[in-house]
Amino acid sequence: MANEQSQKPQDESRRRFLKYSGTAIGGVVVGGVIGGIVGSSLKKSEKEEAPVEPGAPAAAPDRDYNQALMFFTQDQFLITEAASERLFPKDDLGPGAKELGVAFFIDHQMNSAYGMNARDYMMPPFYASEASQGYQLTFKRRELLALGLDALNEYSNNTYKKPFTKLTGEEQDAVLTAFENNDVKLKGVPAATFFNLLLSLTLEGAYADPLYGGNKNMAGWKMRNYPGNQMSYYDVIDKEEFVKMEPLSLHDHLELG
Amino acid sequence: MANTLPKVNVVIVGMGWVGGIIAAELTKAGHQVVGIERGKSRGTQDYYHVHDELRYATRYELMQDLSKETVTFRNTEKMRALPMRSYGSFLLGDGLGGAGVHWNGQYYRFLPYDFEIYSKTVERYGKNKIPEGMTLRDWGITYDELEPYFVKYEQMAGISGEKEVPANIGKMSVPYATGPMKKTPAMKLFEDSAKKLGYHPYIIPSANLSDAYKNPDGIERAACQYCGYCERFGCEYGAKADPVVTVLPVALQSGKFELRTHSNVTGIIHDGKKASGVKYVNTPTGEEFIQPADVVILAGYVFTNVRLLLLSKLGQPYDPKSDTGSIGRNYAYQVNGASTAAFYEDREFNMAMGAGALGSSLDDFNGDNFDHSSLKFLHGANIRFTQTGLRPIQYQPVPAGSPKWGKEFKQNSIHNANRVLAVAGQGASMPYRHHYLDLDPEYKDALGLPLIRMTFDFEEQDVELVKFIAQKTKEIADGMGATKTEIHDTIRQYNIVPYQSTHNTGGTIMGSDPKTSVVNNYLQMWDAENVFICGASNFAHNSGYNPTATVGAFAYRTAEGVEKYLQKGGSLV
Repeated sequence: MANEQSQKPQDESRRRFLKYSGTAIGGVVVGGVIGGIVGSSLKKSEKEEAPVEPGAPAAAPDRDYNQALMFFTQDQFLITEAASERLFPKDDLGPGAKELGVAFFIDHQMNSAYGMNARDYMMPPFYASEASQGYQLTFKRRELLALGLDALNEYSNNTYKKPFTKLTGEEQDAVLTAFENNDVKLKGVPAATFFNLLLSLTLEGAYADPLYGGNKNMAGWKMRNYPGNQMSYYDVIDKEEFVKMEPLSLHDHLELG
Repeated sequence: MANTLPKVNVVIVGMGWVGGIIAAELTKAGHQVVGIERGKSRGTQDYYHVHDELRYATRYELMQDLSKETVTFRNTEKMRALPMRSYGSFLLGDGLGGAGVHWNGQYYRFLPYDFEIYSKTVERYGKNKIPEGMTLRDWGITYDELEPYFVKYEQMAGISGEKEVPANIGKMSVPYATGPMKKTPAMKLFEDSAKKLGYHPYIIPSANLSDAYKNPDGIERAACQYCGYCERFGCEYGAKADPVVTVLPVALQSGKFELRTHSNVTGIIHDGKKASGVKYVNTPTGEEFIQPADVVILAGYVFTNVRLLLLSKLGQPYDPKSDTGSIGRNYAYQVNGASTAAFYEDREFNMAMGAGALGSSLDDFNGDNFDHSSLKFLHGANIRFTQTGLRPIQYQPVPAGSPKWGKEFKQNSIHNANRVLAVAGQGASMPYRHHYLDLDPEYKDALGLPLIRMTFDFEEQDVELVKFIAQKTKEIADGMGATKTEIHDTIRQYNIVPYQSTHNTGGTIMGSDPKTSVVNNYLQMWDAENVFICGASNFAHNSGYNPTATVGAFAYRTAEGVEKYLQKGGSLV
């Protein structure tokens, strides 16, 4: 758990929370269980705690007021969260897309220059292309993603009589595979193109600097032993052994006024 | 109405390596120079927050804004060319320093064989060795003639490298300016295996300084920190040589140089024999200006140089049907795709650390360093292991045939993040009659001017080269003590989507025949004596190397040519 204990105020409050909850359930708590709480079910535990101390600041230590939606509807957000979690799932190595905040990352990206293809050549005419010529559709990324998410839900409803978020993991994988293989013809959405966009956004959200809303607490980097952005490896680059470092993010280099 | 400005000695279009070097050399000699750059100004202070993979590597912060201008592409003349709507295969630089800012800094002088490739091929194998349609050309200059200009670039940039170079590459009259980069454990594994096989590995010559360095112009720069953010990024230390930290300050200090950023040149003004200046648009205001000059130098990227000549109707456009004309001829690229990945179960390497030019390589299968008699291709590849700093968004090392998402993908990609070493070939690209650049008949840029159109594909030559070089990479990787190795030996149709290389070449090639080349060996245009065109667009083919060394040498050669021309005029050859 050493990795979790950086100097961030947020982690201070996490430690405080742990102390309190440990006290609350007394000797039942052992190290492994605490690990589980810190790792993933922290948020859930807090929600359960919330009614006990309503309105008290310490009751919602993990609430992040910088986190909300810029582009997605509530439904689109939840579908994105569920789908990206299947693409990059939580496992014994560490958090999945959901805990890393990938859906927030994707939401924010769709409201950026990237989501609006602001730096892409989008002038007509648009013709059908050979695969070697790349993307030639009129959809902007945010349009493609929004329609794709709707199609994901519609396909789920048609096939399983349930929305995507209510499917089992295996069923969700089957739906995603159908899109990946371009077997879905819905709403004029190029299914495989949508799938590839969702997949690349998911990996970006897991591994981009936390400033973009994903890779929460650099947990994506920690899983891979990626040191983030250090200023120098001059003294270690030629070392025989593998060198592990606590990662640094761009925030660590920011001079505040 | 365009606003005509006072005349100057020299106007340079594009402020990358070529423009910067020529500006420094000519202003040192006392000439009045105006440098025109369509992008913005920038410097090391702009890179304090550059360690951002998303912004710089996958959102292309430093690259040309494609909404304003791109290229169109087709594999063959039978296809309709379509615009490259977003980045993929190669990245177009933008702004002060151009692609010289976002490069890796790998520095290789081309081989003596490259400059005389036609003659040497015929001499050793006979004319029939050159397949139908391959437009192989001597460059009109020899390695020995170009050697002093390589030295100038190396001393200016502080190129780091080993004292002794292998006998199978060009001789150096002066050693590299600084010692070699550090040697990592993975580089040792590569070199040891290669040596056991009888090959001749060496540490890659680097423009990321191995040590602090003061160049002959008095410019001082700090040593590389191996931070792992070179390609697609600017260097906050100024350790990576780029035009902004080396040659442009020299030009600016001379008092003879005026830099105009945000200025997009749209044409060369000429009477068919000589140019009188250039026309450009100030991009923020849309105002048009004419800059008259005694000498016009095109110093843009490959596509810019070719496009400006075609838009200006200067020189003879290449026509592949009749095989006449020269502008746009011999477009070539880089043939990557031959590689072997070595997977290690028992150890991890510091793969996040590195430098753009950190690595070891060998040329035993590059150029004509090996017998091609029984092979179905010419030239070859520099075979290398590089440790450039692998970043987590772009690098997902999973075994071939394994899932691309989900539980197994996540475990594979994380497990292997620091356990894979790749030995790869950087293959040469031969020119063909049907590979060329011209103006697109349909698509326009934001100003309404036609985009450049690329017609290019991989050929049988490339398929055979990759198959052969891949076996060599496997042979080396197999001797590196890995748990298993995985060979990649197939190349198919050229596809503009996956990133491959920003080593696009040709279109304004250098040569000794005015009918088939655009410039003579002083980079002076055959059809207009006061126009000089310099860059990788001068390459008659592309070698199995990164192009910057040869581009840099050409820039020094051009500066000398312009000097001569300003003194006595006329054709320099």
